[in-house]
Amino acid sequence: MSGDAILRLVGVSQQYGVGETSVSALSGVDLEVARGELVAIMGASGSGKSTLLSIAGGLAHPTTGEVIVEGRHLSTASPRELALLRRRSLGFVFQDFNLIPTLTALENVTLPLELDGFRARVARRAGRDALSSVDLADKFHSYPDDLSGGQQQRVAIARAVVGGRRLILADEPTGALDSVTGELVLKMLRTRVDAGAAAILVTHEARHAAWADRIVFLRDGRIVDESRRDGVDDLVGTSA
Amino acid sequence: MSVKQSLLAILDQGPCYGYQLRHEFDRRTGSTWPLNVGQIYNTLERLERDGLVAKGETDEQGHVFFEITDAGRLEVRSWLSSPVERGQGTRDELAIKLALAATLPGVDVTEVIQTQRRASLAQLQELNRAKYAGSDPEGPQELAWSLVVDSMIFAAEAEVRWLDHTEQRLALRPRHTLALELSSQRPKRGRPVAADAAERTPRIEAEATR
Repeated sequence: MSGDAILRLVGVSQQYGVGETSVSALSGVDLEVARGELVAIMGASGSGKSTLLSIAGGLAHPTTGEVIVEGRHLSTASPRELALLRRRSLGFVFQDFNLIPTLTALENVTLPLELDGFRARVARRAGRDALSSVDLADKFHSYPDDLSGGQQQRVAIARAVVGGRRLILADEPTGALDSVTGELVLKMLRTRVDAGAAAILVTHEARHAAWADRIVFLRDGRIVDESRRDGVDDLVGTSA
Repeated sequence: MSVKQSLLAILDQGPCYGYQLRHEFDRRTGSTWPLNVGQIYNTLERLERDGLVAKGETDEQGHVFFEITDAGRLEVRSWLSSPVERGQGTRDELAIKLALAATLPGVDVTEVIQTQRRASLAQLQELNRAKYAGSDPEGPQELAWSLVVDSMIFAAEAEVRWLDHTEQRLALRPRHTLALELSSQRPKRGRPVAADAAERTPRIEAEATR
């Protein structure tokens, strides 16, 4: 799997504080996410899920260990290189969408590309492709307030993958959605991963984690178990 | 499951013969609960005995059509308008296993929980995959089938949520406060007298005595 790994965490630990009062948020976490793979992270509150996601996205530095995104070691990257990496390789999807209300759906999606110096025409084409891929071809010029929660989250997914970014980091992306809409959003995420992206989905809902190829369980900052999708016999009779 | 009422509800749409009923049942439930033809004919016999269906015409191939009676229609209305009653108490093996495991000194309940959670999640993944393998999930037959799969998905999810909840509750208590050694007091014969817990808990029927 290593050859195709888009994200690798090697021996990642995160400690807050020093000495006797120090708290270990993550301890010796090893994790790889390959192209075409969706990995769900589950665990109780305080188990380290969000810390892991922040570290994977270069938003926080681990106390020890290595984070490697598309072959690039984050520990040796300069702040400028990190910013570039976040803009070009990583896409974040949050529970509360985080769209800019004064920009249209298309402008929200193209913003990272324009910040990255892409010509407006190129950025718009990529933005339209990304929005079409999440079935929002008819909403290019709608503002977030005019979109439903599910549509806003699909815009956020389009923004996360626009311009060929291949690592999606999603933190409870369905938390603010009803169950049917949440399912649609996860289906979109799954489709993007099947098309060649890699993704980490942090969730506390088993039904959502079930979309993943692998489910990783965190307890007290350690990976304690893992459930794979393959190798399980059919449990539902799908034939007559 | 109520085979009787399900078949009656289908017959309410028009007369059917036995094999046809099986086909109609399957395409409405996505074959998630296979019925054999023998079961169908046995049920039809009982329905006829109870005056809820009557034998109608026989076609050229020898198929005997069954028709619903007025009493049968009333039964269907009553079934559809009443909630499904579930048995009180629990015979759920997992609930009993965890309750026991929590009181056994030297047993790591967290591991027992995790083993179950892993299995439940694998089942959820498989259900999810089956649900989305369908070509047109919004077609009437696919939809009927996926509604049944949804019920399994939500049941599996509920189990995982309960496991999470149990794990967190147990985590709040030091291990030794839960362990129960074998009691040195010999129990008296018969049911325990007015044990508080027994009065509060929904009665668990003594299936073991059967």
